Amino acid sequence: MADAAIHGHGHEDERGFFTRWFMSTNHKDIGILYLIVSAIVGFISVAFTVYMRLELMDPGVQYMCMEGARFFADASAECTPNGHLWNVLITAHGILMMFFVVIPALFGGFGNYFMPLQIGAPDMAFPRMNNLSFWLYVAGTSLAVASVLAPGGNDQAGSGVGWVLYPPLSTSEGGFSMDLAIFAVHVSGASSILGAINMITTFLNMRAPGMTLFKVPLFSWSIFVTSWLILLSLPVLAGAITMLLMDRNFGFTFFDPAGGGDPILYQHILWFFGHPEVYIVILPGFGIISHVIATFSRKPVFGYLPMVWAIIAIGVLGFVVWAHHMYTVGMSLNQQAYFMLATMVIAVPTGVKVFSWIATMWQGSIEFKAPMMFAFGFLFLFTVGGVTGVVLSQAAVDRAYHDTYYVVAHFHYVMSLGAVFAIFSGIYFYFGKMTGRQYNELGAQIHFWMFFIGANLTFFPQHFLGRQGMPRRYIDYPEGFAYWNKISSYGAFISFASFILFFGVVIYSLLRGARVTQNNYWNEYADTLEWTLPSPPPEHTFEILPKQEDWDKSHSH
Amino acid sequence: MAHAKNHDFHILPPSWKPLAAALGGFIMLFGAVLWMHDITAWLFWAGLVLTLYVSFAWWAEMVDEARQGDHAPVVRIGLRYGFILFVMSEVMFFFAWFWSFFKHAMYPMEEYVGTEYVAPAIYPVDALHLPLINTLVLLLSGCAVTWAHHALVHNNDRKALIQGLSIGIVLGIFFTFLQGYEYAHLLHEGWQFGADEFYSNFFMATGFHGFHVILGTIFLIVCLVRAMKGDFTPEQHVGFETAAWYWHFVDVVWLFLFFAVYLWGTAGL
Repeated sequence: MADAAIHGHGHEDERGFFTRWFMSTNHKDIGILYLIVSAIVGFISVAFTVYMRLELMDPGVQYMCMEGARFFADASAECTPNGHLWNVLITAHGILMMFFVVIPALFGGFGNYFMPLQIGAPDMAFPRMNNLSFWLYVAGTSLAVASVLAPGGNDQAGSGVGWVLYPPLSTSEGGFSMDLAIFAVHVSGASSILGAINMITTFLNMRAPGMTLFKVPLFSWSIFVTSWLILLSLPVLAGAITMLLMDRNFGFTFFDPAGGGDPILYQHILWFFGHPEVYIVILPGFGIISHVIATFSRKPVFGYLPMVWAIIAIGVLGFVVWAHHMYTVGMSLNQQAYFMLATMVIAVPTGVKVFSWIATMWQGSIEFKAPMMFAFGFLFLFTVGGVTGVVLSQAAVDRAYHDTYYVVAHFHYVMSLGAVFAIFSGIYFYFGKMTGRQYNELGAQIHFWMFFIGANLTFFPQHFLGRQGMPRRYIDYPEGFAYWNKISSYGAFISFASFILFFGVVIYSLLRGARVTQNNYWNEYADTLEWTLPSPPPEHTFEILPKQEDWDKSHSH
Repeated sequence: MAHAKNHDFHILPPSWKPLAAALGGFIMLFGAVLWMHDITAWLFWAGLVLTLYVSFAWWAEMVDEARQGDHAPVVRIGLRYGFILFVMSEVMFFFAWFWSFFKHAMYPMEEYVGTEYVAPAIYPVDALHLPLINTLVLLLSGCAVTWAHHALVHNNDRKALIQGLSIGIVLGIFFTFLQGYEYAHLLHEGWQFGADEFYSNFFMATGFHGFHVILGTIFLIVCLVRAMKGDFTPEQHVGFETAAWYWHFVDVVWLFLFFAVYLWGTAGL
């Protein structure tokens, strides 16, 4: 408010295009850049999956042929299955989505843009390093895309080893595609670690006067905890993939039994990073959903303090459950029992969050706007994924489900649907704030319903396929799995259409959307500091630090 | 800044350096891949030169900003937070190497799955010989840096500051020299760079530590040059303080390496 009074709407931006977008030291512009690039990479990654679902639509291989990849099946032409192409696509999809789409969108995009605004900070603690994070992310993306196109195994382009890069497959894959992928992950890790250092410092050092830790909005809390997970887990991954690099290129034997090495060691170190990683992906989504549900239920969020402690608990527990990804490698019974118990404990803080969201809605006066619809979608889909997660946490049950489509369904429900619905919820929630124009409600509603139906149609049948024993990561399957695969593919096409519609909605809204004139275009329950600023906010925000009465609406905790 | 502000946080003008640094990193790593596959080495070196140049320019700009008084007390707190967090991420990086070391030392493959693998006969190292001397050299170096720090903070004694830093740097370089000597000796006695899990763990863990020693030495040299040019006051010396932290972090990693990898890990050789 105070800030708006100084600048007003007419504040002119004197920076040139190149200076503003390529040399930025402005957290809001960098946040926008993150969102744009992650949307482009997301489109590439989703396009890969559509091609894969096309191939899986019918038994037999019709599209990915050694004679050349096709977009139209041709029964008269010969088709030798090209398993390498398939493997490259699943690998690229996983690496891009994990490292180059969801983290950059939620943590880099929304985290950069809104965390400093919510805590009343004039910018990030290290604005120049913030831009280094972004450009390293672009450098990493370039290396990852180069890896798909570079000479790889089987005398073809790309690496087909799965996003987890397990040895011995990853240490024996030919060509230099695999080395590019390893460096891509190194660079994206460096980008995320620098981002995490920036976020934690900003959170600890730059909160508005009077904003004690337990008065910080939930989204900022989720970014803070996510930063810790990134800071402590990604360097461990960097170590593991450096070992891979040495094994591949310099004759080291960390993972090669012929030299006394142990491939299972890689799995342990990878998942020590990999499990915190899944919470890195979902926690910022939790934060966004909390604000959206409170706003559109016209109620303060239920149980602020337990919500904060639940985020912290999930973050801490995320570090001690990694081996539930690898029950079948021959661990002792005691180890399996421990990891099973620890994993199930995570359901408790997660349950606190889900029930608190429901309690927030209870007796609220709910508005069914697009962000809220996506929040509903998130709640439903994340809960389904969470429940199947508890099923998979059972070491005995996992014997049957390991590496089947049941696992694929589970993690797509929590990540592809949970995290991505949170991203869309956040985009519609903040669209007016970031761009100064309101999104098109009808388009957004159609987008929601198409995506919700499409995503469920894609992934719900995969539970059945998994229960029937269909293994993941195969280009082909026997006749018996044909029915649900067909339905799953139809779902993927609907989801893809909804994604294209989403780009249409964004472009239409940018060009023709109603201009936003109010600072707070929702209601008084959107009560965090970003809603006291004009839409879009001026280049520099909070040059006069906000006063406590601008944001401190509720009783203290 | 065009507008009045009532806070001391550091708002920076646009900068070309992040873009150039990321470009340098990309060229360097792409070049490293080409080099590892014997295609060309020059791309790697070009990327490295760009990366080093940007690092230098960035660092110099930060020193300038500090001299201009942009680093208000609250900004200095932020810089310290940032550096501690960076050291934490470094600790977690070494966590991976120690994990691999302890796994192989405690559960060697031939014992718990009965593979055909037989560990090679390895030329024994006397941990209480050169490695112990190295430990003393590095710890003494840490003492010298702490002495310099105290001289600055308590007495603003610039002569002792420069002396302490110089001794710390000389001992740091001596450590690197001894480590190089030890490597050469071990390789001469038949140790191999790779080829077995023992060598893999030994050379990567001590090698990454050695790399960090070199980085820390450069950090201290920069501080020495700044100290001789009259930078650092008892109140404001973030650059020096963080260099000292980094140096002690390198010390602590070495202590773990000495006790685990050298003393315990080579005891049975």
